[in-house]
Amino acid sequence: MNDRPFILGGLIVFVVFVTIPVWRSLATPKVTLAAPQLAVPARETQCVAPVSYMRTSHMQLLQEWRDDVVRRQQRQYVAFNGRTYQKDLTRTCLSRCHGSRKEFCDRCHEYNGVTAPDCWNCHSDALRAAGGTR
Amino acid sequence: MKITRKRFLQLSGLSLIAVAAKRMVRVMAASTSAPESTKTVRWGMAIDLEKCRLDQGCDGCIKACHSAHNVPQFADRAHEVKWIWKQPFEDVFPFAETEYTREAHANQPVLLLCDHCDDPPCVDVCPVEATWRTDTGVVTVDFHRCIGCRYCMAACPYGSRSFNWQDPRPAIPAVNPDFPTRTKGVVEKCNFCEERLAKNLAPLCVEACPEKALIFGDLEQKDSEIRNVLRSRFSVQRKPELGTGPSVYYLT
Amino acid sequence: MLVVLAGLLCYLQQLSQGLVITGLGRDVTWGLYIAQFTFFVGIAASAVTVVLPYYLHDYKQFARLTILGELLAITAVIMSGLFILVDLGQPSRVLNIVLHPQPQSVMFWDLIALSGYFLLNVVIATGTINARREHVPTSGWIRTLALISIPWAISIHTVTAFLFSGLPGRSYWLTAILAPRFLASAFASGPALLILLCFIARKLTGFDVGNEALHKLAVIITYAAAINVFFVLAEVFSAFYSEIPEYEAGFVYLFVGMGGDRHLVPWMWLSFVLSLAALVLLLVPRWRSKDRLLAAACLCIFVSIWLEKGLGLIIGGMVPSPLGTITRYAPTLPEWTIVLGIWAIGALMTTAFFKTTFSIWESNGGD
Repeated sequence: MNDRPFILGGLIVFVVFVTIPVWRSLATPKVTLAAPQLAVPARETQCVAPVSYMRTSHMQLLQEWRDDVVRRQQRQYVAFNGRTYQKDLTRTCLSRCHGSRKEFCDRCHEYNGVTAPDCWNCHSDALRAAGGTR
Repeated sequence: MKITRKRFLQLSGLSLIAVAAKRMVRVMAASTSAPESTKTVRWGMAIDLEKCRLDQGCDGCIKACHSAHNVPQFADRAHEVKWIWKQPFEDVFPFAETEYTREAHANQPVLLLCDHCDDPPCVDVCPVEATWRTDTGVVTVDFHRCIGCRYCMAACPYGSRSFNWQDPRPAIPAVNPDFPTRTKGVVEKCNFCEERLAKNLAPLCVEACPEKALIFGDLEQKDSEIRNVLRSRFSVQRKPELGTGPSVYYLT
Repeated sequence: MLVVLAGLLCYLQQLSQGLVITGLGRDVTWGLYIAQFTFFVGIAASAVTVVLPYYLHDYKQFARLTILGELLAITAVIMSGLFILVDLGQPSRVLNIVLHPQPQSVMFWDLIALSGYFLLNVVIATGTINARREHVPTSGWIRTLALISIPWAISIHTVTAFLFSGLPGRSYWLTAILAPRFLASAFASGPALLILLCFIARKLTGFDVGNEALHKLAVIITYAAAINVFFVLAEVFSAFYSEIPEYEAGFVYLFVGMGGDRHLVPWMWLSFVLSLAALVLLLVPRWRSKDRLLAAACLCIFVSIWLEKGLGLIIGGMVPSPLGTITRYAPTLPEWTIVLGIWAIGALMTTAFFKTTFSIWESNGGD
């Protein structure tokens, strides 16, 4: 078949085109490959759930919290260790322990290229300076 | 096994439909009921038109609500977002005014907000249950689920709902970090300060009124302040003939 | 294709900036997009006017028309779906309708009805075309599906009417006759479009559905158009004889103007005049049988109903608002471009479908 060179040529062009992201990332000088440093809270030593669980499922927890608060008006969370928390990303998670999204959430998300959480379109990551409760 | 392209497409289409159907059946069968509460609460509000000084430019209630809830301010009336506002008497109670009574109401703007109906048409029409009536009588919106179809806005007979035609953040004068903003493409409205009710605090508009013209309370509780005032004063509601059962009363 | 591209670009702008680029606002929350959705659900439902005589009454003359009607229905359903999609504020969340179904919402049933109708027609059309291509008679189960599609077509447009006619705050829409009106206007405008497309097809490709078929369809349009006018006049009577201001308001705004806003008045009267002109042309058999006059009548009725259903209906329900405000709604240029983009997609699909059908039918000879 005299089409063969065209087919092979086209295939090569296609493969190169489709793997462009790989070439681009290889070409640009890489930033550090070290693991991201997360802000460690000074006062608390235990998160609302075990670290291993939070590592794998923090988004599930946050979504459950979201639905519980918004759809069922249930704001109390009894943690695995019996302590009670308010289901509130800004107040409980960030203000009490993890600081702000830049110090905490963004560190891993940016490192891993995670763009999914669009919480920040609406929610703020810092309370008012003066205490923060209404 | 040899399979034609047509057959493959047919099978994939059928499988997709089967998966979607199974998912839908499962979701429909699952219940999402809230835990039973021991007593029924029905939040309601009575607005005393005698005491209200909207006509003299007092708008503390509106300012308190909008600033705390990050309600954006848009100059273009078509795109405005408002949870609580005022309009002339003849707009609020249409056809209740004749040429002979117009003068009496001439300078009497009426405070408007979501009526948190007992049988809300907006809740009936929402295709995703992004708006529903809680068991305490508050008609609330889940901004995470709203798809922005605006069916609820078409259904509301009171014009209480607003839509975010664009990103609201640039138009918020001072963002209150204690309350989320919304994103473009979702509907919002007065939420009876549900986040404050959860802490046994009165809604912001009620607290902000210098004349104490807004009376808020549990309509189910026989001796609450609002029940007492509804027993003793003459009150009207907006479009009661529609059967929506509003929770907002106007004391004349 | 260029129009589609232009529409797509405008839609991307709408996605990034929000629906603020349209002419919609707090008081007129539904406008051109939803109006087009309503109109094209009607076109989709109108396939029943050619399916019913052929499958239920064995009216063989419609043999060629039926497949074209079904294909037009498929395109129309897709266009309707696209119009809804561009109207959503958060289109990425559209699957929430499937994930969190709400049977008390008419919109939920509308989705079910339209999806089902789409599938029905796809299966029927592919089955018919394939049978034709393989030189075998159409299977019996295709006929069964076609019979099912008859009440289903009625239901899709009824459900769409129910979207509007159950809302307590909108008196222009809160009328039992809305569903019958929708059906009548659909059965007039849909076949009118089909006839026009057949004329164009005949001129451009020589594919002929047959004069008898076209003239029979014209009779159906005549009845539907006449009934539609009657329904509208019945509504007008109720509103204006009772003199209840709420019921008059929608009509007054559209046909006379209110609060200084009269920008829709000429269009609504044009719609009415075109409807009457079309009726006159259609009622006289001698005129109806002349191709040029029939084409003119079809064009008139199509434009008339497009104006009335594809614009007037929605705005009449929105203005005056529940608080009595008159808002002047006019679609913006990006809004029109997106609408035209979807029209262009429909035109593309119709062309593709029809061309396939023509070539298969012609290559097989016979009827």
